[in-house]
Amino acid sequence: MQAIAHHQEPTTTAGTSRQLITCTLGSAEYGIEIMAVQEIKGWAATTSIPHAPSWIRGVINLRGVIVPILDLRARFGQPATEPTAMHVVVIVQAAGRTFGILVDAVSDIISVAPEDVRPVPEMSTSMEEKLLSGLVPLDRGMVALVSLDALVAMPEEAAQALAVSAPSVH
Amino acid sequence: MSASPLDQLRATYFEECAELLDSAYAQLNALHEGEGDGETIHALFRAIHSIKGGGGVFGFARIVALAHAMETLLDLMRDGAVPSDPARVMLVLRGADILADLLGAERSNGTVPGGVEDGLVADLAEALDGHGGPQAEAAPTDGPRTEAGWRIRFAPQPALYRNANDPLLLVRDLRRLGPVEVVADLSRLPALDAMDPEGAYCAWTFELTAAATLAQVEEVFEFVVDDCDMSIEPLGGAEVAAIVEADVPAEATAQAQAPARAEMAAQSVRVDVAKVDRLVNLVGELVINQSMLVQMGSTLPPEVCPGLIAGLETLSQHLRELQEGVMAIRTQPVKSVFGRMPRLVRELSAQLGKDIRLIVTGEGTEIDKTVVEQLADPLTHLLRNALDHGIETPEQRVAVGKPPQGTVLLSAEQRSGRIVIVLADDGRGIDRARVLARAKERGLVAPDASMTDSEIDELIFLPGFSTAAAVSSVSGRGVGMDVVRRNIQGLGGRIAIESVTGQGSRFILSLPLTLAVMDGLVVSVGEETYVVPITSIVESLRPRRADIHPLVGGGEVLAIRGAYIPLLKLGRHFGMHGAIDDPARGIVVIVETDSAGQLGVVVDELVGQQQIVVKSLESNYGRIGGVSGATILGNGRVALILDVAGLSGPGERLQRRTAPQAIALQ
Repeated sequence: MQAIAHHQEPTTTAGTSRQLITCTLGSAEYGIEIMAVQEIKGWAATTSIPHAPSWIRGVINLRGVIVPILDLRARFGQPATEPTAMHVVVIVQAAGRTFGILVDAVSDIISVAPEDVRPVPEMSTSMEEKLLSGLVPLDRGMVALVSLDALVAMPEEAAQALAVSAPSVH
Repeated sequence: MSASPLDQLRATYFEECAELLDSAYAQLNALHEGEGDGETIHALFRAIHSIKGGGGVFGFARIVALAHAMETLLDLMRDGAVPSDPARVMLVLRGADILADLLGAERSNGTVPGGVEDGLVADLAEALDGHGGPQAEAAPTDGPRTEAGWRIRFAPQPALYRNANDPLLLVRDLRRLGPVEVVADLSRLPALDAMDPEGAYCAWTFELTAAATLAQVEEVFEFVVDDCDMSIEPLGGAEVAAIVEADVPAEATAQAQAPARAEMAAQSVRVDVAKVDRLVNLVGELVINQSMLVQMGSTLPPEVCPGLIAGLETLSQHLRELQEGVMAIRTQPVKSVFGRMPRLVRELSAQLGKDIRLIVTGEGTEIDKTVVEQLADPLTHLLRNALDHGIETPEQRVAVGKPPQGTVLLSAEQRSGRIVIVLADDGRGIDRARVLARAKERGLVAPDASMTDSEIDELIFLPGFSTAAAVSSVSGRGVGMDVVRRNIQGLGGRIAIESVTGQGSRFILSLPLTLAVMDGLVVSVGEETYVVPITSIVESLRPRRADIHPLVGGGEVLAIRGAYIPLLKLGRHFGMHGAIDDPARGIVVIVETDSAGQLGVVVDELVGQQQIVVKSLESNYGRIGGVSGATILGNGRVALILDVAGLSGPGERLQRRTAPQAIALQ
């Protein structure tokens, strides 16, 4: 809890600051809009979905609702996560959908003022540029803001991309 | 984002109007069949009157004007001032049709061309036969009249107040007829400490001194007559002879009348469908939870907890009943869709110059709301076809020795957990020679194919098939029976046809009671579990190696009883690891698809058959080819439900068959 108090410091200047849940993939830290987070739960085995992009781990039963789980690490083009019981799924709601994001751990809750958010540098790969909405420098490092809408909108787009790219593979 | 109170009221009004119109159609059809009596017309009058009343509140002038004209005629018919002959019933029917159109337009904020009802309103007025409005002064049939006036004993029951009626308003209405003297009867008023604040203790005697008819007086009390004790007697003369009902203790009368009124009140409760769906979901969850408990319980030695197994069994029994009860909330009588058909028959038979009678039975049969809603289109289509292609013109019918009037029978009944809807006509039946010729012409079957009668009948369900010589506005655009079949299959149903040349055709629709639950065969493929809908399964078997034949272009077929069925390896099709690839080591589930005939789906193992609760996969993920939804198994894991039609779909044989045509077109 001390950590939270510590990180709230930069926000005292702005009234419109927003709160983020930060989660980790290895040593990297990502921020998710707290208002979109529905719950956080431990990893449980998923049912895989045919013809899904590699970063869709499958679907789970969340109290009667079928919820897809996406692997954030794989989403960023890295090798898929090897989930254990210690891994965490953040259930979020965005763009009218409910889905889970598989991460290594949830680390913190921080408040961020709009002026603290830096744009994603152009030199980043296009994938990251699309999926991140900003960068927040902190004392201990940097938090990358995840754009949930971009994440959610992906299944169809990705499916299309697959469909388009498939014939070009010789 | 919630709707404004007025919008909510409007929505309620439209819902009520739909119900009122339904009941009006029912009464009208009874009248049309010559089965109605005074009560029928009375009920009809009340329905139209309520539509008018609500319409006035929302300022729907055209609805009010039309309903008023209908009401005026009905009032005279009710009193017998004008006969309830078929012509007048037909007029009111047409009125109801236009009323439905106007209401539909108001509901969707659309417009109906101005003046469509004007002719009808004039016709309705003409049908009054010179009688004035309902207040026709000199109508001899308006009942006895007296110069002196009337004495009305009026003792309200508590229900009158509960229904938001006010005696004061009645007095005011009565005053419009003439001077009224009111005497209150407070004799039943109990002591203050014994008084039920919601009770009804006061009674009144009204003396109306005016030359009014009994009907006029009764009209004032029309809407409260069921909720009060009253007597009306002429002033002067037989004053003493009157029996005053109010002398009977109010409780006794109230009790006697209570069951009748309770029956009326039990008609419906308005509940948001979302709330019901939430209940359905929760119960589904309970069922899953319960089967998890049973699984766990069965692993314990019985002596650890002796009552556990018995308790779990009772639990599952109650749960099943609970589930059925909750599912029943979602059901609706098929009446709401059957009720639209008489109008269609009326309009179409007039348009086609045919004389057709529609007989509807079993409209009280209940089925899931969603199914009812999605049934309207296919049923309409089938009915159009029956009227247009099936039933002959009166001349043609007489020529072949049939009665000039054609008959279409529409029935619904529940049969072993499914709803069977039959649409039968006594028309000419399917012209098989023409169907076959057309199919060959279109390249849908080989030119030298020889087919059985039922196989030929099946051809009409093929996409792009239509035998109508000329495309009419009624039917025959060639987007016909294949769409009907797809719609029905989309509801988890099946459609079959039986036809006898010269005697007519029967379409038999078999539908599940609900979409939310279905019977599925659970199969395992690799590490995953899938559910195949039982309705599409023909059989499942472990094939002999000798019966599996490879095809030149890749793929395999299974020889079974002289036919070759293409095999689809589910594991490979879905790109799964660890699935059995050799059909002879797995199980072949033979399924029936609409577009590609039978298909053998190769899976690893059969796990079992069970009732499953269907969940949406689309809402959070999206559509997946070959998968229609998902369900949750006893262990809490998700299993995907196969969409058999989608498996064979565009990717498989169908495409191969249509591809040459596409090229030819270019």
